[in-house]
Amino acid sequence: MNYKRLFEPESMVVVGVSLHNDRHPANIIFRKNRLRYPIRVFAVNPKGGLIQGDRVYKRVADIPEKVDLAVIAVRADLVPDTLAQCISAGVGGAVVISGGFAEVGRQDLQDRLVDMAVEADFPFVGPNCLGIFSPGRVDTFFLPGERTVRPESGNVALVSQSGGVLVDQMVNFAGEGVGLSVAVSIGNKALVDEVALLEYLSKDEGTDAIGFYLEGFKKNGGRAFVEAACHCPKAIVALKSGKSPEGGRAVSSHTASLAGDYAVFSQVISQFGVLEARTQFELVSFCEALSCYGETIDGKIGVITGSGGHGALTVDLCSAHGLEVPVLSKKIQEGLKQDLSPSVQAIASTGNPIDLTGSAVDDDFVAAAECLSRTPEVGCIVLLVLPYSPGTTSDLGARLSEVYHREKKPMVAYVPNLERYRMLIEGFEQNHIPVSPAIEGAVLMAKALRRRTC
Amino acid sequence: MLNQEILEILSKSKAWGWVLEPEAKRLLALSGIAVPRFAWAKTPDEAIAFAEQIGYPLIAKVVSPSVIHKTEVKGVALNIENKIALTETFHRFSAFDDFQGVLVEETLQGLEVIVGAKIDDQFGPVILLGVGGTGVEIYQDVSLRMAPIMPEDVESMVKGLKAHRLFEGYRGSEPINIEALTRMLMDFSSLIMALDEKIMSIDLNPVFCSAATCTVGDARIMLPES
Repeated sequence: MNYKRLFEPESMVVVGVSLHNDRHPANIIFRKNRLRYPIRVFAVNPKGGLIQGDRVYKRVADIPEKVDLAVIAVRADLVPDTLAQCISAGVGGAVVISGGFAEVGRQDLQDRLVDMAVEADFPFVGPNCLGIFSPGRVDTFFLPGERTVRPESGNVALVSQSGGVLVDQMVNFAGEGVGLSVAVSIGNKALVDEVALLEYLSKDEGTDAIGFYLEGFKKNGGRAFVEAACHCPKAIVALKSGKSPEGGRAVSSHTASLAGDYAVFSQVISQFGVLEARTQFELVSFCEALSCYGETIDGKIGVITGSGGHGALTVDLCSAHGLEVPVLSKKIQEGLKQDLSPSVQAIASTGNPIDLTGSAVDDDFVAAAECLSRTPEVGCIVLLVLPYSPGTTSDLGARLSEVYHREKKPMVAYVPNLERYRMLIEGFEQNHIPVSPAIEGAVLMAKALRRRTC
Repeated sequence: MLNQEILEILSKSKAWGWVLEPEAKRLLALSGIAVPRFAWAKTPDEAIAFAEQIGYPLIAKVVSPSVIHKTEVKGVALNIENKIALTETFHRFSAFDDFQGVLVEETLQGLEVIVGAKIDDQFGPVILLGVGGTGVEIYQDVSLRMAPIMPEDVESMVKGLKAHRLFEGYRGSEPINIEALTRMLMDFSSLIMALDEKIMSIDLNPVFCSAATCTVGDARIMLPES
């Protein structure tokens, strides 16, 4: 199936707009795309009429052009007819927002949609979903724009079985400055499921990393998913709900008891190089790091800090996440000492963590970052930047980013998230160095780079 | 992979939903997996005749379609030293419901490992390796992989166990024969891929792994409800 017109539409029709209720989901979708996106938008309601001065067509076929995307928001029992209209009018694909299918026991109605779509080679997302958000292109979410936060355009794709979790995750992405190529809420995933999207996104030029929120696969769907993941050259992160063991189920073999749904999921996705995020925070941290770096590291971390305590906390977190913070060789330590400013030379620790102390100035951070960038003893640098330290200026983010762009050793940063540190943070982020407002976030970003490839 | 003999074992076992241990061991042996020397004795004389071939001490287990968990009901006798003890055990076991004989087999030694498989609803055939014995569900120290697996997977499965140092020789004990374990898991993986939905799950627990070999001590094959 060809998803191009579905995911990169230049025109859309919203079927099911209300002529008298402006808070109807279809009206919200119509309005936000009409006003905020560079897409031609049409409305359909069998009664015809006007919506905010625009013509409402009675049927999809009445629209004077071949529309790329149909958003269907009519009652469940009317969806098959609407889908048929779209197919015969040459629409490129659909998002079925409407609920009332398999989730309420109407598998038969849902199967009818799938049969029609397969026969016509017509892709549709849903039913029972929010659909597609593609920054700067289209937004089929029925949430009023002013009530949500939208991430900027970027290179991470998000796919979620739950629309609500997807919106949450988009808020987190926006907060961390992680940009999206596309976000898809797949709902009942009757036709377009995780595997289909993984295959599509692995070829999508705008996507470098793919994040999934999963609830469960259909029979053998997990096998198809990891097989597709194995062929995907991009980083894949997955967060799954439903981790608690199903209690009380009588199981007559040890293997059946020890290999519960979640245990199997967790170990098998890792077997195939999919990175498991255990929390929403891990999902955003991993995606942020993977949006900046495609390379993988071996897990040896160099830590640069202006405070001993931050260094110690980071070492603990690295160890908890299976990362190593090796003591640097004498030769490296001596070389570094000589590059530090005289007042810092005497008091800095250079073993790893490199503690430059509260007396450090920007030049000391840059010298330490250059030193770690040039040694194979570490594969990634965690920078703990404390802008309240008197020697640190707002330029430090941009200056350290330059070190990365010269030396190409991945670095991630922790900077406390205060508005007054914005310029420092943007010095990193605008130069594609990921920043977290938590030390653990920085460690997780480093952990993401240690992902295995299949 | 699945020859006529294996298919017959499975079809005979359908009646009670699992494969009796002597038949499970025969099925494994047919698939190239090492099992102890064993006999399914229907009379005390048969048991004694086999015992004289392989020598004492040996193990006796009750064979009955009503007894899945033998240890819990004292249906396993270890360290049987002589003919008298074997005869006594045979008579004790013959009181079990649906008694169908006694499995007599040689005693094995080594690190107790569990090798398992299940047909997972979402991922299909899955292989398990872990710390075996009666405490498996207490330690819960297991590695899981989707089948078919590669020899490299076996290495990473062992490394993924908290107890991996026990495999590598801990405090003076010899390391286990990792080639033998790898061979067993590869053969097991092929068997599981071939069996697929003909089974529900398999426990080989314990598998005794020593510096020389890996041999299946006990085998339980559960069949799907048809």
